Amino acid sequence: MHPRRGNGPFIAMVVAGATAASVLTGCAAGPDPDTITVLNSATDTAEHEANQQFFDRCARPLGLKVEQISVPAPQVATKALRMASSDSLPDILELDGSELPQFAVTGGLRPLDDLGVTTGGFSRAAVSLGSHEGTVYGIARSVNSLALFYNTELLAEAGLGPPATWEELRATAAALTRGDTYGMAFSAGPDADGVYQFLPFFWSAGGDESRLNGEAGTAALQLWRDLVDEGSASRAVVNWNQQDVNDQFLAGRAAMMINGPWQVPSLSEQDDVDWAVSSIPVPVAGRDPVPPIGGTVMTVPKGDGEREERAAGILACLNTEENQLAWAERVNNVPTRTAAARTYRERHPELAAFADLVATARSRTAGVGTRWPAVQDALAGAFQSVLTGRSGPRQALERAQRQVGTGE
Amino acid sequence: MSTVTPGTPVNEADPAPTPGGGARTGASGGRSRRFPGWLFAAPAVVYMLAFFGYPLVRNVLMSFQEFTPRTYFTGEAPFSGLENWRAVFSDDLFGDALWQTLLFTAGSLAGQFTIGLGLAVFFSRRFPLSGFVRAVLLLPWLVPMVVSAVVWRRILDQDHGVLNGFLTAVGLSDGGVPWLSSPDLALLSAVLVNIWIGVPFNMVVLYGGLQEIPRELHEAAALDGAGAWRAFRSVTLPVLRPVITVVLVLGFMSTIKILDLILALTGGGPADSTQTLGTMTYQLSFLELDFGQGAVIGNVLILISAVFAVLYLRTDRGDLGRGK
Repeated sequence: MHPRRGNGPFIAMVVAGATAASVLTGCAAGPDPDTITVLNSATDTAEHEANQQFFDRCARPLGLKVEQISVPAPQVATKALRMASSDSLPDILELDGSELPQFAVTGGLRPLDDLGVTTGGFSRAAVSLGSHEGTVYGIARSVNSLALFYNTELLAEAGLGPPATWEELRATAAALTRGDTYGMAFSAGPDADGVYQFLPFFWSAGGDESRLNGEAGTAALQLWRDLVDEGSASRAVVNWNQQDVNDQFLAGRAAMMINGPWQVPSLSEQDDVDWAVSSIPVPVAGRDPVPPIGGTVMTVPKGDGEREERAAGILACLNTEENQLAWAERVNNVPTRTAAARTYRERHPELAAFADLVATARSRTAGVGTRWPAVQDALAGAFQSVLTGRSGPRQALERAQRQVGTGE
Repeated sequence: MSTVTPGTPVNEADPAPTPGGGARTGASGGRSRRFPGWLFAAPAVVYMLAFFGYPLVRNVLMSFQEFTPRTYFTGEAPFSGLENWRAVFSDDLFGDALWQTLLFTAGSLAGQFTIGLGLAVFFSRRFPLSGFVRAVLLLPWLVPMVVSAVVWRRILDQDHGVLNGFLTAVGLSDGGVPWLSSPDLALLSAVLVNIWIGVPFNMVVLYGGLQEIPRELHEAAALDGAGAWRAFRSVTLPVLRPVITVVLVLGFMSTIKILDLILALTGGGPADSTQTLGTMTYQLSFLELDFGQGAVIGNVLILISAVFAVLYLRTDRGDLGRGK
């Protein structure tokens, strides 16, 4: 799932019976040889149009046109599967990085090496986002991660700087909690949003998604629980997605929040809250934070050889240093070419934290591949039961490990 | 859902003519005019087979197959025996989800029906503005489920929700009731919201049923000295019985598979306390893309619905028998 669209896996969902109905698919009209089709989640008009500009810029020199088919992010995968079963897949399929392995194992995606699309000069994290078992199937133009946003005014009043360690985070959050305002806000919802936000803590403490009941994970759960138990974060975090967290921050009800760069447009549009971004606090001073890397990757489904070549040509063009930089600036994400990322960092010092974070960020699926959705579910269950006082951290992670184990 | 055909008489006083009845009259008219009765039923049968039978069979088959994203690309879905069933039934969550589904359904039905019936009886008297108030009460029905859920999420917010604000203002609590953020309360909150959504349907259908009760019955009961409560119990309820069955069965079938409301309200949380079979099948099929396991739960839901459909058909037939 796309981490920036937490609100609404339900929107166009039809009931349970759809499992069966999904095998009945529409028919495919013969594709126009000069039109490259793209399936993506750019349903937002501005995003759709921006995408189209970049596609056009790359397609025109090749004498091609590009047509986008955009559906809400949670539906991209199922839509793609329906198209696959009727042999009508688009020429470029843009998937969320966390969905890539499940498509890679179908054998329906063309390894990008075969098509001469290379990832030399890309950050390691970005390459792993588009890879499954060592083969690159998807290419990310830009990536995102999570950082700590803080209300500069509230911190200055309290004479505090942004926290760098967990201990400082707890102390700062407690000091900033007063009246209607909580010191800290984060999403701990039972879905992809919540898990995405839990990962920087889980991983920075040394947690391992392939062995959930290890020692390290309990520390992260304990930190979240402390923040809530001490009243520095609302008990309602278990019901918040990333959008809700941003709303709380914008309303002045949270002095700090964990969130991603996709919130920057709404933060920039308002004047009520002065904000800045700093790195995610780590358990021990001096350690590198390990946040998750997020974003979409463009893949080329197997099909007609000539069409694959053309799609590859467009991918290569979209990922030149110049185009990556322009796109990244458009969507506030970090370019995946390290050189472009460096330029981006210089030009946008206010978002430098993100540029630094993606350097040490980790792909959610690198370790567990297609089992990620089950792991995600188990992790969500774990932090939710800890935050609501249903179980202790260790107990919760034992259960989570059992859950993943039985899912195999 | 397929069990309530448009021809199902909901009212004993005015049984709708059934296709079967029509064919029988034709048969008595003579051999040459014996137009095969099944031809009348054929379009419906074909429709049912295509749109209910086929998906049903597919869903059952799918639950015994390894049906994953790969299947969509290769067309291969190897049979895996009881593997999916074993995986689902051994999941800790399944038992919880089943229990919560039953609680959610029973709680919703009880609330929707009681309040719906109360309002229906109340509005069956004539008084000024009754039409207007009735129309206002229909509003929850018109609002899309997801919109209702989003609005209720705000109302039930622990820190800044209107409900907690109100409770604090009237001194019923000192604020901060965790309606949606406590595993002990979240399911109850979901039930309350679903009751709010379901009351109009119950009210409208029951109101319709009440209008059909002949006035003389109540007059006779009054002459016999029955009080209001006695008349309600001995006249209204028995006569209304077929309508009540319809309301409850339809309500049951639409409630047991509810998904969008819960996803929008709590996403199945906190701590899986609002997971139902509906949200679980959604999660397995559309998030984990394990369509085989998703189908298992789909089948369990169909089975539960089928049991109630059969019960309904039997009681309905009983009613018809007595009616004639």
